Amino acid sequence: MAEKAIEIPGAIPGSFFTFWRWVLLALLLSFAALPRVAVSAEKDAEFATAVGSLATSNFPDKAAAVAALTELRHPNGRAVFAALLDNKLYFRNADNKVFITDGGEATLALTDPLTLATAGNGAAEDFSRITTNNSLRKALRGAVASFALSDPDPAVRLGAVREMLRSLDDDSAALLRARVAEEKDAAVRQAMQDGLALADLESSETATRLAAVRALKDSLSPDVYNRLTVMVTANADGSFPETDEIVRTEAREVMSSIEASRRVYSTIETLFFGLSLGSVLVLAAIGLAITFGVMGVINMAHGELMMLGAYCTYFVQQMFPESIGASVLIAIPVAFVVSGAVGVAIERGIVQFLYGRPLETLLATFGVSLILQQIVRDRVSPNNVPVETPQWMAGSWQFNEALSLTYNRIYVLLFMVLVFVVLQLVLKKTSLGLKVRAVAQNRNMARAMGVRTQWVDAMTFGLGSGIAGVAGVAFSQLTNVGPNLGQQYIIDSFMVVVFGGVGNLWGTLIGGMSLGVVNKVLEPWAGAVLAKIFVLIALILFIQRRPRGLFPQKGRAAES
Amino acid sequence: MANMKFTRRLAVLGAAIAMTMGAAAQAADTIKVGVLHSLSGTMAISETTLKDTVLMMIEEQNKKGGLLGKKLEAVVVDPASNWPLFAEKAEQLLVKDKVDVVFGCWTSVSRKSVLPVFEKNNGLLFYPVQYEGEESSKNVFYTGAAPNQQAIPAVDYLMKDIGVKRWVLAGTDYVYPRTTNKILEAYLKSKGVAEADIMINYTPFGHSDWQSIVADIKKFGSAGKKTAVVSTINGDANVPFYKELGNQKISAEDIPVVAFSVGEEELSGIDTKPLVGHLAAWNYFESIQNPANTAFTKAWKAYTKNPKRVTNDPMEAHVIGFNMWVKAVEKVKTTNVDKVIDAMIGIEAPNLTGGVAKMLPNHHLTKPVFIGEVRADGQFDVVWKTTGLVPGDAWSDFLPGSKDIEADWVTLKCGNYNTKTKACSAQNYK
Repeated sequence: MAEKAIEIPGAIPGSFFTFWRWVLLALLLSFAALPRVAVSAEKDAEFATAVGSLATSNFPDKAAAVAALTELRHPNGRAVFAALLDNKLYFRNADNKVFITDGGEATLALTDPLTLATAGNGAAEDFSRITTNNSLRKALRGAVASFALSDPDPAVRLGAVREMLRSLDDDSAALLRARVAEEKDAAVRQAMQDGLALADLESSETATRLAAVRALKDSLSPDVYNRLTVMVTANADGSFPETDEIVRTEAREVMSSIEASRRVYSTIETLFFGLSLGSVLVLAAIGLAITFGVMGVINMAHGELMMLGAYCTYFVQQMFPESIGASVLIAIPVAFVVSGAVGVAIERGIVQFLYGRPLETLLATFGVSLILQQIVRDRVSPNNVPVETPQWMAGSWQFNEALSLTYNRIYVLLFMVLVFVVLQLVLKKTSLGLKVRAVAQNRNMARAMGVRTQWVDAMTFGLGSGIAGVAGVAFSQLTNVGPNLGQQYIIDSFMVVVFGGVGNLWGTLIGGMSLGVVNKVLEPWAGAVLAKIFVLIALILFIQRRPRGLFPQKGRAAES
Repeated sequence: MANMKFTRRLAVLGAAIAMTMGAAAQAADTIKVGVLHSLSGTMAISETTLKDTVLMMIEEQNKKGGLLGKKLEAVVVDPASNWPLFAEKAEQLLVKDKVDVVFGCWTSVSRKSVLPVFEKNNGLLFYPVQYEGEESSKNVFYTGAAPNQQAIPAVDYLMKDIGVKRWVLAGTDYVYPRTTNKILEAYLKSKGVAEADIMINYTPFGHSDWQSIVADIKKFGSAGKKTAVVSTINGDANVPFYKELGNQKISAEDIPVVAFSVGEEELSGIDTKPLVGHLAAWNYFESIQNPANTAFTKAWKAYTKNPKRVTNDPMEAHVIGFNMWVKAVEKVKTTNVDKVIDAMIGIEAPNLTGGVAKMLPNHHLTKPVFIGEVRADGQFDVVWKTTGLVPGDAWSDFLPGSKDIEADWVTLKCGNYNTKTKACSAQNYK
């Protein structure tokens, strides 16, 4: 603590002043530290009573006990609250005595909450866990946060301030006001001041209220908006909760500026949702764009190849349970190889005998899709399997109070772009790609030029299937992984490929993205079910007008 | 020699005939219990458990010496989550196999599809799942919760204990959520909740893109009033829904979600992190401490040979229904459907969570109602329960169409009696 005082900028040099600074600081510190170190026996007794009253199954009683403990600010309060939040606070059935425990299964290591000394072990069945509910946990988090305000780590303090602002009452506002002057970290202080400005709106001083309204000009927080709305909404008798006309005008201005920026951000949000849905559609369709679009094979087992990719993620996670974070990345090549190999096997085993007979291909691959589903049902489980989300994909990126984008969707969007770029490079820049395009344009001519068309067919089908597997890895992070995963996407993928124009990757990209965005723009006012129906109807009408899709293939190959 | 060979053959043949006859005689001596649960297709996940529950109950009953001195014999069919097939399989059970009782169905649409079959052939069905009500058939006993035994108490809890002022009613787009939400909307309005404070949203089966709906809920919930989501979202769609809530940083402490279709079975084997703290309303939780419950969960884990198998609410409903049927049969000493139906009314069987369930004249049960919060291990902590038992109400008092309708199979002998017009209508099989 003493070293911190030296860091204060502008400290006056000279031993005399320094000496007095030390004395002053020591005095201040002793005042601050008094309630922490020397706890009166009386307070200990109150603390013990309050902790004891937690041993009940009645939630209002527990809430009262927590409120009493928060009021007391006993130094051991934090440990008790933390244990209660962690489900580690138990009471002995025999005498209702409360203990902090390690939460063990059969035996519990006990700690006395008053002395924080170990109190031996106990059999779990002799104790009952003190359960919490949502409102209790919220109160507890606020209480724990109030202890964390003096934590040396600014990040912890910032978290504590945010936690306290979630449910700001007079007590916690007073606590923040006391801390704001001492706070040295700019970000933490800013957060405190923002929160306090909200509290200042209730002040009886007109000037304070006006200053608070002005301070909140750039805040997008819904709390601010709601509070301001209450201020300027007329009561039944025509008077306003906010008595001062100037403050009201100012508040209305701030409100309209908040509304304007909120509208902008909500448009961005809708657009992002649309792009994200579109990226899912494109990922599902892009493998099909190769097998169906380039080769002309109607592969009904495409969805099941995605399902296999998703299961690869599951198996990789089962094999490396410690490294969930890397599992998704490892699963990408694994899924590509597995689904690609299955794809090659399907092509060599079935599809190659059926070229030029689309109906039979459709039926045969539909059979394959049923077989693959049933294999998974029998060998793995008919139920969905749990695929964990890595830490880096959970949560959301908070741009500001009005706009936050979820990480998993951002990553899937980026991943789709990456897959698309790689696929374009493979088709345009590699020898395999050249041969694929040659065979697609004119099979006989390519064969005459010495291209082994059968090998190219197998490789193309494998490539399309591998991409489906990779898409499956992405879907494992968005939806349930189960035997039916593929069926959810197969219709959508055909829809995108046909809409975009058969045989055109760019068409698939733009088709998928625009379907996604249109769907999400319609959703808020039409509902999820109707939006989907509208999109389908629009699509049918479009295909009636332009049967070859958005970007039809041109040239002689297209005519045949 | 030849003669001897012939006699030996004759003897063998005779023995074989005697054995088959004996088997046939034994077959006639059993009481047949039909099990009509999907063992394949989308509903297999939930319904297979119920089939196993009935089989376990039959095994235990047989260990006790059977019923009326006869052994119980299960006849298991698989309607494969296919609604018309439910009717066919029900017909098969009743007409061809001539079963004495059927335990079955999960979704309301499967129940509606077998209803005419049971009424035509005078069968007996025990239906174990919470449902939307608005029905009471002479041939069906509803051992799951009616809306007033699950949805209404859950809303009461949120309104009174949590202080919720704004409501999101989110559901999958089919008959159970639509009817339940209609009842809830009418109930909320009767409690003075304004139209603007209720948001209703339906999504297709298996919906997985929850981004904009969750964003809407977030906006709806940021109006400065405590908001809660009442979820009748069914099956698979729940996992991406809770995941999206977690990703958009909506915690159960801010906007709790109370679900009517999420139980221990649905939570087993999924990543429960995003669900912790959210609520479910049921008449049974595995975590409830009670000797009967401990014995049942132990027996279940032993029967399935899987220490991780969980129990859930519809299983308890089957246990209660089975025990009641056994008692009714013992009371009238026959499995004759008409006599058993009459004897069922007023029969009592213990709940696994303590207390006693009683069969009411409207073919519904009295039940306790519990609200639980999801724990990280996929079990629930009970945070609230009704003080007494709630009698099941077949026809909701909050819908204009069914307010005046009553079901009573003792005095009125009718499941759809209009107290205003004093007329008894038949069932509607919609």
